[in-house]
Amino acid sequence: MDRFVFLTIDGLSRGAVYAAFALALVLIWRAARVVNFAQGAMAVAAAYVAYTVATATGSYWLGFLVAIGAGLLLGALVDRVVMRHVDHASPLNPVIVALGLVLLIQAVLGMVYGNEFRPAEAPFSRSALTVAGVAVLSPYDLFVFAAIGVVVSGLAWMFARTPVGLRMRAAAFAPEVSRLLGVNVGGMLTLGWALASGVGALAAMLVLPTELGLHPHAMDLVFVSAFTGAVVGGLDSPPGAVVGGLVVGLLLSYVSGYAGSDLTPLAVLVLLLAVLLVRPGGLFAPVAARRV
Amino acid sequence: MVLAAGVLLVGVSYAVEPFRNFQLATVAAYLCATAGLTVLTGLNGQLSLGHGALMATGAYTVALCQNAFADRGMTGGWLLPISLTAAIVSTVAVGAVVGVAAARLRGPYLAGVTLAVAVVVPALAVTFDGVFNGEQGLSVPVEPPPLALGPYFPYERWQLWLTGAATLLVLLLLANLIRSRYGRTFRAVRDDEVAARLAGIHVARTQVLAFVVSAATAGLGGALLAVLAQSVSPGAFSLTLSLFLLMAVVIGGLGRLAGAVWGAVLLVALPDLTHSVTELLTLSPAVAQRLEGNLPLAIFGLTLIVVMIAAPGGIQGLLSGLGRRLRARRS
Amino acid sequence: MRRMAQRGLALASTIALLATAAACSGDDGSGPGGASVPGVTDTEITVGTHMPLTGPASAGYSKIAPATKAYFDYVNANGGVHGRKITYKIMDDGYNPANTQQVVRQLVLQDKVFAILNGLGTPTHTGVLDFLKSNRVPDLFVASGSRSWDQPDKYPGTFGFNPDYTVEGKILANYAKANLAGQKVCFLGQDDDFGRDSLAGVEKVLGSTAVAVKQTYVTSNTNVAPQIGAFKAAGCQVVVLATVPGFTALSIGTAARLGFKPQWLVSNVGADHPTLAKQLGAAAPLLEGMVGTNYLPMQNDTANPWIQLFTKVNKEHNGDAPFDGNTVYGMSVGYLFVQTLLAAGKDLTREKVLEAVRKGGFQGPGLVPLRFSEKDHSGYGGQRLSRVSGGVQSYFGPAYETDEADGPVNEYTATPAAPPANGVPSGS
Repeated sequence: MDRFVFLTIDGLSRGAVYAAFALALVLIWRAARVVNFAQGAMAVAAAYVAYTVATATGSYWLGFLVAIGAGLLLGALVDRVVMRHVDHASPLNPVIVALGLVLLIQAVLGMVYGNEFRPAEAPFSRSALTVAGVAVLSPYDLFVFAAIGVVVSGLAWMFARTPVGLRMRAAAFAPEVSRLLGVNVGGMLTLGWALASGVGALAAMLVLPTELGLHPHAMDLVFVSAFTGAVVGGLDSPPGAVVGGLVVGLLLSYVSGYAGSDLTPLAVLVLLLAVLLVRPGGLFAPVAARRV
Repeated sequence: MVLAAGVLLVGVSYAVEPFRNFQLATVAAYLCATAGLTVLTGLNGQLSLGHGALMATGAYTVALCQNAFADRGMTGGWLLPISLTAAIVSTVAVGAVVGVAAARLRGPYLAGVTLAVAVVVPALAVTFDGVFNGEQGLSVPVEPPPLALGPYFPYERWQLWLTGAATLLVLLLLANLIRSRYGRTFRAVRDDEVAARLAGIHVARTQVLAFVVSAATAGLGGALLAVLAQSVSPGAFSLTLSLFLLMAVVIGGLGRLAGAVWGAVLLVALPDLTHSVTELLTLSPAVAQRLEGNLPLAIFGLTLIVVMIAAPGGIQGLLSGLGRRLRARRS
Repeated sequence: MRRMAQRGLALASTIALLATAAACSGDDGSGPGGASVPGVTDTEITVGTHMPLTGPASAGYSKIAPATKAYFDYVNANGGVHGRKITYKIMDDGYNPANTQQVVRQLVLQDKVFAILNGLGTPTHTGVLDFLKSNRVPDLFVASGSRSWDQPDKYPGTFGFNPDYTVEGKILANYAKANLAGQKVCFLGQDDDFGRDSLAGVEKVLGSTAVAVKQTYVTSNTNVAPQIGAFKAAGCQVVVLATVPGFTALSIGTAARLGFKPQWLVSNVGADHPTLAKQLGAAAPLLEGMVGTNYLPMQNDTANPWIQLFTKVNKEHNGDAPFDGNTVYGMSVGYLFVQTLLAAGKDLTREKVLEAVRKGGFQGPGLVPLRFSEKDHSGYGGQRLSRVSGGVQSYFGPAYETDEADGPVNEYTATPAAPPANGVPSGS
């Protein structure tokens, strides 16, 4: 029973990060119909900026804020400089460009910082507090849950209640009509990229202290897990991304703990098939009319 | 035409040195996979991030067969075709399973499942290390060139002949398939599923068929790669390979077999070229340490981005555009 | 019909392109002066290697080949070997066996290297063994502790360098047996031959039932909390790690946050203190008390003449890159290769180099002997234990020597050799 509690909490705290990262993927998918394969590399780049700032100033929190800012900026930059000029007629072209970006960003990071691991510091203790003999949450886990909770509810509030959120949704779902109605569709798209990349940067800042450390490839595996989470939840649904991310986190933890670390990829495939064969658009897909 | 290409290939195999022969043989092996992916993604509109895994299936089948033959002391030139056929059969089986699941899925959901397949298959080699020998992989015993070709026949030339012959056969079959009724139904399903269904096409069956055909060629490609390398290990068939295959067919020009040729050539030539470009620079040790390895990757990434923005139809799209313009000017 | 013609055109142009590319590079094939030994002229010896310079596996390892190259540059600046300068071609394979196939063939068939030196990695190098054998290329000092390199009958041209993982496991277990008797021993290993061979070594010394909990990890899953949690639940007191540096740091960090503090016994592969400390950052004090193994001089031992030599070479020829265990490793490989070339004599051939290695008897920076002989192609035959104390990793106790079978773990007491005055081995 202790082990079950332990594995559940461990899975939830990683799942929360996958959820945030999946949310970033969903944001871009809803805005631009692109699966952003460069999300991981972009987030790592923001984390490296944070590392530079934090080592120069000695302040974790300054680095943290700068990382989010760098994430927002990088997202806007990628949209304006690169993605805007890609022919979206074939859905694959943006995917290939994103893969090109991954190679480019990782190579540049490797040149600037070297392909060595850098420490990723956690702002709070990662030692678990013990309740009745069972190790439960650590202060850092609480911080992760709080940060992601704030972001998720903030985004939900923005899309549902603010004019800018409304305009973003309109621009994504009916660009032509929105343009006629005077919505700056291009600007909304850039804002979508910036927001997604900012959330991605946050997720990277949260997950890196629990991983091997800072490295140009540090987010590769997180990307795969988060993408799986987003697909399980349904790429059009932000709540789906959150649930999907948590489910994947739990699954990985249980399978590593009870069956063996090498079986986790197989478990992920089984999960995907089980969900998608029943609901081909993910758990939270709107019950739309059948395509055919 | 295939005959002409075959003759040309033999000619080239004598004209160039062994390393180029090996590179061309590798191009041929990749071409099997990219041509299959072109049929699936370009003609039938299904995305696959898992073709590296299908190649691994073929590669491991060939390794297991060749080892089984060697253990029983069996030798002879006829064993390799049997192993290659077995590789195709096993990959077809895997492809059919994935294809049935894939036929229900679209866009990013299909990408998600095939991506998981790409991650799972190499991982299985580690899980069942009793059979597949884990990360270290298996060696693939392959016969030397037949003695009839002379005692000093370069091994790399023989490799090019083997893979070249198999690949030309695949291209011939695929070209015929594309021009046949099946090719038309593939395209009809890609362009508009509803219309295709109204025209009496069984959409799901067509999609599974496309997946199976594509898997068969990918399996053969992987098998040839294993024969070339005389070894197979999970690291060679990682997710990266699957992503690179997709990049290759899109950059080459999606939807045309010629694009698949360009893609396969790029997969082999681009890393080599970027490395050579980097070697031309003379750098201090401190700078060289930073750039080594990273600069070729950066050039590779930048090339992908620039080509996709400048020529969305890929290299073959660019070439046929040029061809059209020339012809228009002439008339 | 038009499409077919187009396709033909594309195919033909592709082949023509490659043919021209090949023709351009065809000229330099035969080698200057018509010398019959590939990669050797009167003034130059070209050798090549494959290393992960990029990708997830490159951390740490990417520094080895530049260090070897720096040592060669130092030797070249001092007149070279028998008047020949050594050119070291470093190819990046990203730890991907498919890339290794390409780059090694490029080195052998196109660049016509004399030998492959210190190719890194078990899965990567395994794939090119047959190719190197059939082309009769000396395959010297492979950078991995797999036992595959020690097959003199099957691969007569292949030689190892690192002590194998079983030897290492035996020496770590021997320490546990002698100094931590009665404590509960557990094991975490990588899920491949590294982990398996190491566990085999541990069990050879402690007995097959002595290891209470055995766990594995895969590099594609960076969460080791479930494994470490199992150790804690079972009450393990000693944990043997057969882990790469990233996972050593991760395991020790994870244990600390679970409030689990066993005695760590760490494989040489994952025990380099500067690498671990850098990765752990502020949490580096967790490494206090960690017992590791090594067989080359400790990088922080500034009184050691080898370290003084290598530090000097690093300053002069390696852009004063951060100096750690990988630098020492790379330069030691370079030193051994220069020794081999000298022993092979002025009339350098591939067969003479192999004969020189088989003859063995090299005295270098290593703390234990190299085992090269007719029958043995494995590298160093033992290790010495180190401990982190006050943030400094240093050796303690004697060096140990053992085999990969059931032989005993013996102390090795010979005094280590000192480097020659000018830092370049002299001909025997």
